[in-house]
Amino acid sequence: MNPARGSLLGIEHLEAAEILRLLKFARRMNPDRPRPLLKGKRVLLLFYEASTRTRSSFEIAAKSLGAHTVLIQSAGSSIEKGESLLDTGYTVRAVGADIIVIRHPNAGAPYIMAQHVDVPIINAGDGLHEHPSQALLDAYTILRNKKTFKGLQVAIVGDIFHSRVARSACHLLSKFGVKIILCGPPELVPDIATTLAPGVRVTRHIEDALRGTDVVMLLRVQKERLSGLKIDLPEYIARYQMTAVRLKMAKKDAIVMHPGPIIRGLELTSEVADGAQARILEEVRNGVPTRMAILARAMGKMR
Amino acid sequence: MTSRSTSSLLIKGGHLIDPAARIDAPMDVLLKDGHVAEVAAPNKIKGADKTFDARGLIVAPGCIDLHVHLREPGQTHKETIATGTAAAAAGGFTSVCTMPNTIPVVDSVAWIEWLRQPERGAVVNVFTIAAATRASKGATLTDFRALYSAGAIAVTDDGKPILEDGIMREALVLGGELNFPVVQHAEDTRMTENCSMHAGARSFRLGLRGMTAAAEASIVERDVQLAMQIPNARLHVAHVSTAEALKSVRRGKRAKARVTFEVTPHHFTLTDEDMRDYDSNYKMNPPLRAVPDREAILAALADGTVDAIATDHAPHATHEKEMEFERAAFGITGLETALALAITRLHREKRIPLVRIVELFTAGPARCFDFRSRGSLVRGSVADVTVFDPKKKWTFAAAKSLSKSKNTPFDGWQLTGKVVATIVGGKIVYSA
Repeated sequence: MNPARGSLLGIEHLEAAEILRLLKFARRMNPDRPRPLLKGKRVLLLFYEASTRTRSSFEIAAKSLGAHTVLIQSAGSSIEKGESLLDTGYTVRAVGADIIVIRHPNAGAPYIMAQHVDVPIINAGDGLHEHPSQALLDAYTILRNKKTFKGLQVAIVGDIFHSRVARSACHLLSKFGVKIILCGPPELVPDIATTLAPGVRVTRHIEDALRGTDVVMLLRVQKERLSGLKIDLPEYIARYQMTAVRLKMAKKDAIVMHPGPIIRGLELTSEVADGAQARILEEVRNGVPTRMAILARAMGKMR
Repeated sequence: MTSRSTSSLLIKGGHLIDPAARIDAPMDVLLKDGHVAEVAAPNKIKGADKTFDARGLIVAPGCIDLHVHLREPGQTHKETIATGTAAAAAGGFTSVCTMPNTIPVVDSVAWIEWLRQPERGAVVNVFTIAAATRASKGATLTDFRALYSAGAIAVTDDGKPILEDGIMREALVLGGELNFPVVQHAEDTRMTENCSMHAGARSFRLGLRGMTAAAEASIVERDVQLAMQIPNARLHVAHVSTAEALKSVRRGKRAKARVTFEVTPHHFTLTDEDMRDYDSNYKMNPPLRAVPDREAILAALADGTVDAIATDHAPHATHEKEMEFERAAFGITGLETALALAITRLHREKRIPLVRIVELFTAGPARCFDFRSRGSLVRGSVADVTVFDPKKKWTFAAAKSLSKSKNTPFDGWQLTGKVVATIVGGKIVYSA
């Protein structure tokens, strides 16, 4: 079965024009001025993995559009009793889900769901693979601050290998010709990362990544996903932590982004996190209108 | 005549390819009392009870598959000896070697005897590869001598490679004394934890942890080194999938070590780029590799380095495959598509001569595990014969597979080369 129309499984196969349409529509969305585009619809939030931002943001977005939301988490549901992904999918569909938003620790889980369950599936993060709504809200944030993608240079610093945010961001920014520099040690930023999309470059040196950069995206070292990999944290901090001094190497008007959760004192200092160039909380805010647009699109209401 | 009242069967009008006997010519073959009674130029043999019309067809020694998982004992929801051997017969295999990673593990004489009982319902010959260590835990060798006497054809801990140098050395020493091949699934599992496909650009893109080529190559290199040092040791490397591992095997062969190896149809047909939308029918171990690896395998098939094509037929129920890719079981079925894939990909596309293809399914595997009087149709051989049409086009439909499981990436593939009849011990066990 092909995924239901309106599904958002990843950025990789989304066309640039469709991304722009979504971002444009997102600008018209405002949670403080609710619009009943999804009145009476049921949005099932299926979360197999912990989440603060994404979950609350999708929930508020759905409610701002007039939809009902139901949250299902692995703990306290039949998932705990060993129900399979697909059986859970069939069940929530039978209960009456109109849209399923799924977060899952395994790459591709939303794809499997979309091949078998005939409602739009929204990927809210799948393993190391993609996090499309995050990439869209980051694009929204970049455009609010930089007006255009044209001529931009974006440095993504940190644990690229374990980051679905980085993969989705690379796909999205590459579609608009943005120069992307991935920076970190080889264990976290393998050379093969350059094959992800056109315009992606890898560097081991933070100065190299920051020079001439308009947007600095920082990522957390995902200790829970290291899977036996040993990372020397003091060494990482010494070479890659974003400090106020280092940030000066980027363009004067560079902005600092981070998908969260941030770990102060590790990938960035408090000075940077709370500084004038940080857009970290703006990203969180922008998540709601962006996800309103994603949900409206899922129901064919993006006009 | 013997006391058994077996009738004779004349395979008439076909083109015989018997690489071990260096025959590639029109020949008639007479089967009698379970053996090959006569091989002669067309129309020379008279007076058989029955005749099989093989005009336009290739007559070959029965195909031998060195690597199948028949799932008995213990996992009959995936496959049974009856269903697995029915699929083997449909694929032209007259002999299959079954792997011991069952529940429980086949590590004793009792289980070897159980596997041989007529109640299992085998329609082709089933040879047992027994576990190399107790319960395949990699700690203590099984009783090689007893397993060998009971009829095991080789030993392996397939799926759970022998990592300890000392244990592998011990296995090769003891195997060497008995002339018993030690089969290794070469994978350093310490390097492949949580991995579900080949490590490369594609696994990075899909967010799947990848198995490096080095995880295979390092074990193959170690094993080949051991085989070169230990007198009479016999090493058989299962499903070689990387260019790097091939280099080690080639080195061992050049040094005249007793090293043999097999490759699978999926590794010479597909690469890691072929998997779409997290389809777990593309998930197996070793995984589909990169294009240069496949090219190296194709070269080794063409130049005579590869000893055998084996399927690694690994049936799994739908509910064990239709799930998150990373959690889905490793393995695909392969018995019914192997010969056709070889004819389609190797012969028709890569121009490898048919005689070489037949060798890879018959004389080659027979040499690896010492199948006496099989793998050739010289007079006196066991009457195991595969008859196929090398030009017939057909479409493989997984739903119609005789295997209990349908986990294959080749569903709906148009293939060239179709098995017409499979004959085991002089009896037709499959005919199209």
